[in-house]
Amino acid sequence: MTTQEQTSGFNLKAEGKRVLQGSSGGRVEKKHNPVEKAKGEYDVIVIGAGLGGLTGANVMATQGYRVCLLEQHYNYGGMATWFRRPGGHVFDISLHGFPVGMKKSMRRYWSQEIADSIVPLESIKFDNPQFSFETEFTREDYTNKVVEAFKLDRAHVERFYDHLRKMEYYNDDGRTIREMFNEFFPGRNDVHRAFMEPITYANGSTLDEPAITYGIVFSNFMSKGVFTFSGGTDTLIMKMRKILQQNGVDMFSGAQVERVLVDRDRVAGVRVNGRDIKAKTVLSNANIKSTVLKLVGEENLNPDFVQQTREVRLSGSSCQVYIGIKQGEEIPFITDLLFCSTADHFTSEELCDLRTKSRTFSFYYPKTRPHLKNAGFTIVSSNNARWADWQALSDEEYEVEKNALIDRTVSHLEQYIPDVREKIDHLEASTPRTFNFYTQQMQGASFGTKFEGLDVSMKLSEQVPGLYHAGSVGIIMSGWLGTVNYGVITANKMAEYLHEVSA
Amino acid sequence: MTDEQIKQAIVGIINDINPDEDTSNINSAERLRDQLDLDSMDFLDIVMELRKRYGVHVPDTDYEHLASLDSCVAYLRDKMAGKELVS
Repeated sequence: MTTQEQTSGFNLKAEGKRVLQGSSGGRVEKKHNPVEKAKGEYDVIVIGAGLGGLTGANVMATQGYRVCLLEQHYNYGGMATWFRRPGGHVFDISLHGFPVGMKKSMRRYWSQEIADSIVPLESIKFDNPQFSFETEFTREDYTNKVVEAFKLDRAHVERFYDHLRKMEYYNDDGRTIREMFNEFFPGRNDVHRAFMEPITYANGSTLDEPAITYGIVFSNFMSKGVFTFSGGTDTLIMKMRKILQQNGVDMFSGAQVERVLVDRDRVAGVRVNGRDIKAKTVLSNANIKSTVLKLVGEENLNPDFVQQTREVRLSGSSCQVYIGIKQGEEIPFITDLLFCSTADHFTSEELCDLRTKSRTFSFYYPKTRPHLKNAGFTIVSSNNARWADWQALSDEEYEVEKNALIDRTVSHLEQYIPDVREKIDHLEASTPRTFNFYTQQMQGASFGTKFEGLDVSMKLSEQVPGLYHAGSVGIIMSGWLGTVNYGVITANKMAEYLHEVSA
Repeated sequence: MTDEQIKQAIVGIINDINPDEDTSNINSAERLRDQLDLDSMDFLDIVMELRKRYGVHVPDTDYEHLASLDSCVAYLRDKMAGKELVS
């Protein structure tokens, strides 16, 4: 891979050229102002076309409001994205799997057609020095597997699930996940690993997060299995764009919002690519910290709120390795999602170490894109990572670490497909620096914020009436389902606000 | 809209948002949540559909009034007055 993200990607702008953000190395020059066709005023401007922004925009449009959606990248979807590479490869970044609730949300807030394309994963595997088993990840099957693998009392595991299900946001007892695990499964590092590793991969959380975050996310997953979108991320986002168009949403990509405009203590619009556009409400689907600290600016905010925002921690970042199998070659069906590690014991620290021995492999077989004649095989490995570790590297060290990551990953994969190396014709890695470059998320955050971010996100409209936030925050609102539903919750608040101000 | 029609309006929304639910035997006095598989997103959908279909606004501080069909009727009677049932 090129070293395009090494500096930050923004340096070219300093030369006075407008470049298309997210294009290869940011080097494609813009010929037109991307927002020149935007109207002068809207009821709602949405900043960012991640799943939360897209869904919020659609809900507002279906309620009859005039909506404008602005995305800095040339593509829509935020982290729900994909990219193509020579050799016919399409790599999905975050299609690994989501809870069954996604089916309901897609039907209600998008279309029956999209909901109908949501299908269960056939198989999930765990493999590490402590245990190895395959599961459908339904409540029944997963319980059978953990009872068998760890010789646990079934009734006790059920009590643990019931405890998790009863946890509610407004009823947080302040305990950490570690404390909860130690109460239910004292001294069982292997059990902690089975219950924690998938969730860490899903949202970046560690054993030190509030137990409530685990209760909500795990309960969402531990139901009818893990699901995916048949057709691939590109098909999903294309369908969503079409629906937004039908619902009259004005959409602009390559649109860099510079400021949220505040007038007489209320939101007044945004400044985008040097142009001011008015709006009665603004929904930011950017990172909550950059929304508050960069887009709104301290001068418009209570200092205590600014301080509270500064103290919000991000939920970590990721590395991925994209593995393309040559056209015409095949790999056997291993599983859909493999949680694997060669580390003897489980610790949250090991999972995000610069040279972690733990990763997930998402296997994408031709069934991922059944509409394509020559759909091939791709494998995407993901591991958790810290921004600080990758940011500290010099450009040369960075290249070395990236190549080492690729090599470790392929070696790990060879344990499951011994001859895979000779079938590969594309290898590429991304790091927290890559995520930062493409999504502009601070510190390359790929999971939003820790728990405390939710409070800041929900209180934003008290600070600046008319300004709302939706996106990955607070762990419980992260992932595809979390951010989609949060977009709906926020859109509902915005509709109430618009009703009040018009009355 | 009569009280009976208000109930029909709510049940109609529930049928649309959750087609798999059997809504034929709902006890009006009992909490909806205790009889049907409804989560907090489902209640939010009821609120949004009331706004879309009937122009009725339910601020989040009033969500508790949507607990049972009877409490819905008591709360919505004035707000739904003069409106036509949407099927």
